[in-house]
Amino acid sequence: MDVLYALLLQPFVFMAQEPLIFAETVVKGLMAGVLYSLVALGFVLIFKASGVFNFAQGTLALFAALTLVGLMEKMGDGLPKAAIVVIAIVATIGVMILLAMIVERFVLRPLVNQELIILFMATLGLSYVLEGVGDLTWGSDVKVLDIGLPDGVFDIGGVYVEQLDVVAAIVAGSMVTVLAIFFNKTRIGRALRAVADDHQAALSVGISLQQIWVIVWSVAGMVALVAGVMWGSKSGVQFSLSLIALKALPVLILGGFTSIPGAIVGGLIIGLGEKVVEVFWYDVHGGAVENWFAYMLALVFLMFRPQGLFGDKIIERV
Amino acid sequence: MLYRETGLFKTSYQADQALFTLTQDRILIGLILLVAFAIVPFMVNDYWSKAILLPFLIYSLVALGLNILVGYCGQISLGTGGFMAVGAYGAYKLMTGFPDMNLILVVVLSGGIAAAVGVLFGLPSLRIKGFYLAVATLAAQFFLIWMFNKVPWFYNYEMSQITVPPREVFGVLVTGPNSEPASQYLFTLSFVVFFTWIAMNLVRGRIGRGWMSIRDRDIAAELLGIKPLQTKLSAFAVSSFYVGMGGALVFTIWLGSVEATEAFDIQQSFFVLFAIIIGGLGSILGSFLGAAFMSLMPVVLKLILVDGVGVVPVDAKHIEIILVGVLIIVFLINEPAGMARMWQIFKEKMRLWPFPY
Repeated sequence: MDVLYALLLQPFVFMAQEPLIFAETVVKGLMAGVLYSLVALGFVLIFKASGVFNFAQGTLALFAALTLVGLMEKMGDGLPKAAIVVIAIVATIGVMILLAMIVERFVLRPLVNQELIILFMATLGLSYVLEGVGDLTWGSDVKVLDIGLPDGVFDIGGVYVEQLDVVAAIVAGSMVTVLAIFFNKTRIGRALRAVADDHQAALSVGISLQQIWVIVWSVAGMVALVAGVMWGSKSGVQFSLSLIALKALPVLILGGFTSIPGAIVGGLIIGLGEKVVEVFWYDVHGGAVENWFAYMLALVFLMFRPQGLFGDKIIERV
Repeated sequence: MLYRETGLFKTSYQADQALFTLTQDRILIGLILLVAFAIVPFMVNDYWSKAILLPFLIYSLVALGLNILVGYCGQISLGTGGFMAVGAYGAYKLMTGFPDMNLILVVVLSGGIAAAVGVLFGLPSLRIKGFYLAVATLAAQFFLIWMFNKVPWFYNYEMSQITVPPREVFGVLVTGPNSEPASQYLFTLSFVVFFTWIAMNLVRGRIGRGWMSIRDRDIAAELLGIKPLQTKLSAFAVSSFYVGMGGALVFTIWLGSVEATEAFDIQQSFFVLFAIIIGGLGSILGSFLGAAFMSLMPVVLKLILVDGVGVVPVDAKHIEIILVGVLIIVFLINEPAGMARMWQIFKEKMRLWPFPY
């Protein structure tokens, strides 16, 4: 009876009694969801264009953030702050594009036509390499990433919202818009969609797969950079940053591997659910549920829609 | 010249259905078993046992289990670490709850518990497939580890680190810090050999063929009358049984005391998955080769880097990670079918050696 009370009644009583706490939890959850979406977005891009389930996306974010911090430290104090930030970001983008080329040349190209699980394992191997290289070049201690993002809080009618979260939401929103335009209106975007649809058909109309892959991995690298900057500004650049990939996976299956809006909506649902359950159902589980709750939530959704909320309908033939 | 079928005539159904039809294979297996059972126990010391032999044997068992699920039945699972933890904590609860229970029974029963949990987490596989399923099995991984840390009943209301009580099998101490490396090694080896034999027979019989048909084309298999429910769940059950026994052995024999978050984290799941992919999906031999590769590589790399070249241990760790990643990618590019395939090619060459045409 006690359990049932704690499970079914008490949380809602709590919510009704403390609307401010509830509102704040919801906002926090949504903001966390935005950050999950940022990582999930990179996954979706690569999955759509090459069918590769890129496990290295989290490590990619860590690698990008590490490179950015490392470059900013190397440049020292001689220049004004803004200049350092801009130069470092441009240089990091360059590094990510270079990385995309290396990945395409040495990992993807030799593995063309292999089974998907082989490609998945290759990205796992890649994430090991990136992790090791990042640590070896820039050191493995926790680094503070400060590129001048605001770090105060807004007070909206008693509900506190971190400014950094708001910036992240704005950045995520504009990034999705830019990506949507890129995918739908540009020549390269159309080529990307063609590749996603059918590799061979795309090849036969003269689209270069290799070029497309480099572009997709570069874009995913930049998305990873944004995600890395946002997470890094929040909690420092450290190894655990690469674990956000694990947070993004349930977002992916919830939203569907192939859908950009799915990544956003899935991220919001998961972020919201996680925070609300963490705060209001604390008496039932006793804390630290964020590791698995998202997966369970996604599993429940999958029972009803096996392809995720917005994924392409799975059509099976013998 | 040495290794060929020529001149071998099978004159009975029994001979035709033998596990190893080639005389050469039988001799080779017999030799390996002879060395493993009769010679190695006299040479083994603590370092060899704890650092090389036990990890290799136990990971072989776990890899075998995962290979049944991934390689034979085609259901990708990333929950291996969680199921190993079920085996380990099952063994702990059984050993502390029933102090008189034989350790052999304890290990087998913990495998059984893991099998039940495996079936539970295998249920979504009827509805979701491919990478969606892979991610869904991560739910098992994270939930189980969280549960073992959070619910005090599992660690008997003491510290969350569980330690194995000393137990004897046939009058010989095999668990705890005071046991002889040789007896621990023999205990584990017997398990691995026996259950490998079971698995070899499982995968070539009706059950195993059912798994493979589901893997190759599930809808076609369904139309042929293979029930997806029983087939998939039996694969999950058998796989988790093996993995759970492996977890129980990790806890009771190899490590002696474990903490769920450290010993059975997601890296374990990836480690075993690497082992079967490098070894060869859908191959019993591959499970062993992959487990050997994955458990020996860090030892060898450490030997070369730290003791040989003299790299600082911290940097060596990073270099090791990079090398592991590079090796995996190189391996996947050169031989995606794994080491089992390389062995097959080698055998083909041996048939004609030394006069290839």
